[in-house]
Amino acid sequence: MNKRLSLPLITLLVFGYAFLYGPIASLIIYSFNESKLVTVWGGWSTKWYGALLENQQILDAAWLSIKIATVSATFAVIIGTLAALALVKFKRFRGRGSLSLMLAAPLVMPEVILGLSLLLLFVSMEELLGWPARGQTTIILAHMTFAIAYVTVVIRSRLAHFDFSLEEAAMDLGAHPVKTFFWITLPLIAPALVAGWLLAFTLSLDDLVVASFVSGPGATTLPMVVYSSVRLGVSPEINALATIIVGLVSLAVLIAGLVMYRQEKQRLREMN
Amino acid sequence: MSLEQTPIVEIQNVSKQFGSLYAVDDISLSIYPGEFFSLLGASGCGKTTLLRMLAGFETPTTGRIFIDGQDITDLPPYKRPINMMFQSYALFPHMSVADNIAFGLRQEKMPKAERDQRVEEMMQLVQISKLAKRKPHQLSGGQRQRVALARALAKHPKILLLDEPLGALDKKLREQTQFELVNLQERLGITFIVVTHDQEEAMTMSSRIALLREGRIVQVDAPRRLYEYPNCRYSADFIGSINLLDAEVISQDEDLVTLKTDAFEQPLQVYHGQPLIAEMDVTVAIRPEKIRVVNSSGTHNANTIEGVIKEIAYLGDVSIYHVELPSGKRIQFTQSNIQALAEQPLTWEDKVCLSWQADSCNLLLE
Repeated sequence: MNKRLSLPLITLLVFGYAFLYGPIASLIIYSFNESKLVTVWGGWSTKWYGALLENQQILDAAWLSIKIATVSATFAVIIGTLAALALVKFKRFRGRGSLSLMLAAPLVMPEVILGLSLLLLFVSMEELLGWPARGQTTIILAHMTFAIAYVTVVIRSRLAHFDFSLEEAAMDLGAHPVKTFFWITLPLIAPALVAGWLLAFTLSLDDLVVASFVSGPGATTLPMVVYSSVRLGVSPEINALATIIVGLVSLAVLIAGLVMYRQEKQRLREMN
Repeated sequence: MSLEQTPIVEIQNVSKQFGSLYAVDDISLSIYPGEFFSLLGASGCGKTTLLRMLAGFETPTTGRIFIDGQDITDLPPYKRPINMMFQSYALFPHMSVADNIAFGLRQEKMPKAERDQRVEEMMQLVQISKLAKRKPHQLSGGQRQRVALARALAKHPKILLLDEPLGALDKKLREQTQFELVNLQERLGITFIVVTHDQEEAMTMSSRIALLREGRIVQVDAPRRLYEYPNCRYSADFIGSINLLDAEVISQDEDLVTLKTDAFEQPLQVYHGQPLIAEMDVTVAIRPEKIRVVNSSGTHNANTIEGVIKEIAYLGDVSIYHVELPSGKRIQFTQSNIQALAEQPLTWEDKVCLSWQADSCNLLLE
């Protein structure tokens, strides 16, 4: 096969990448713009990054978003792992089919509907039980809801290739089931847990729709701040913020990809 | 091995039901200390389910299992004085060879010095001391098998269960390892219970074999008895090759039974200890190596027949000949190839006269 790319193919490739990454590249470039006007180039500067650090509203929102993402990702991984274990290890139990279906539902459910339904749930819960007050807690719960679905998919696919005779061997050698889980199962599926956590973290960090629905006064996440300030006109500060977010998200995706790649290699090694 | 010994494993009327299917159907077995016991059978005969019930991974639907007189039916696997070597070896991929072997000892909180010594002992036993720091994926198939064996033996179990222990090895290595396993078992004196579908493996290694079929025991015997005195068509056919002839009882004089068969005109004679009824339908089983070629005189004697050689399979040490009888029935016999080039070797379309002794064949009732 001819490995050299022909001119039409290269052209297509360039257009493809330009279409995907052009807007992001221009955003990153304009975040270093001296001028206050977003569309006019006024020379290189990092002053908007400095301004960003003094903008308390944005810093608070960023801190809140990171808190929410960390907590919701952690809980999503715990619950998602348990759900995946139940689905893979126990082939027959009452409600297995519906559990599997309901876990996958948030993957395809429009965010608007998810947000609205959760809002209605939280409002009526607050009226009946007095908990949870809308704000940080409700956003965490909402993010957990859809993150669990993604985490379960990731961990379930790892467990599908898991050799459960390893668990049997551990128990045969005298290890209690709980010990077996922490000594054998957990270390071997850890890469999938890390990948799932990073995925959940990223999803939570950039969610705007669901958070807008279920948030209350005082709890404004970073995407909400960005969105509301853009409505008043794009400021170069937001460009700088977006650049930082793009950097962080790329890093997370890169780590998740590496972890999954290593996991795949390990799995192949185990097989032969 | 005397049968007055108390059994180390006693399986009492054990059944295991999966849905409406009986994987194991009312099996009772006694296994004695120091035995090398094989559970032999085709796939799906319930041998693995029985082994998994001994290990504690499956609970019998009915029946009890005793070890050293103690009822272990309801004990979880981690409390049983039994260890198992898995078919896939199930080595922990994230631990080194030494850590794999030490895993069981860690569970019983053995002090480190003693544990290290035991691990070293085990590695010497199966000759893998040089591999202590390797991870399982850096080992060959044969080395993994040794690690799995060392790990299962490390806790000095009373009974070692082995699930198709040689299944993943190639033929040469398998033959060599068979003898090593037997030597190891004799040296350690541990009771081995092996699951295998390979009759040769079972014959080579075992002191006794239980032949299973569809969840039931067909025959339990020493390899030689199982081969020489099968108790039914199934076990005769399962172990080695055999000629099976449908026959009808004509008369019985003390132990000597005379029969007739549709396969040839001459009468058949077999020794059989139990009294039989005339005209009873039975099966006569003759091993191919017990049939001899004789001069074609006295072809009206019992157990002497004529036929034409139709197929020859040369296996090196022996040759298998398929002989067609005038009735169309085919009989096979084997001859060892003693001479490199015999002067007048048997060849296709040769007419031969075959004969066998009345005491070298068996009469089977079912």
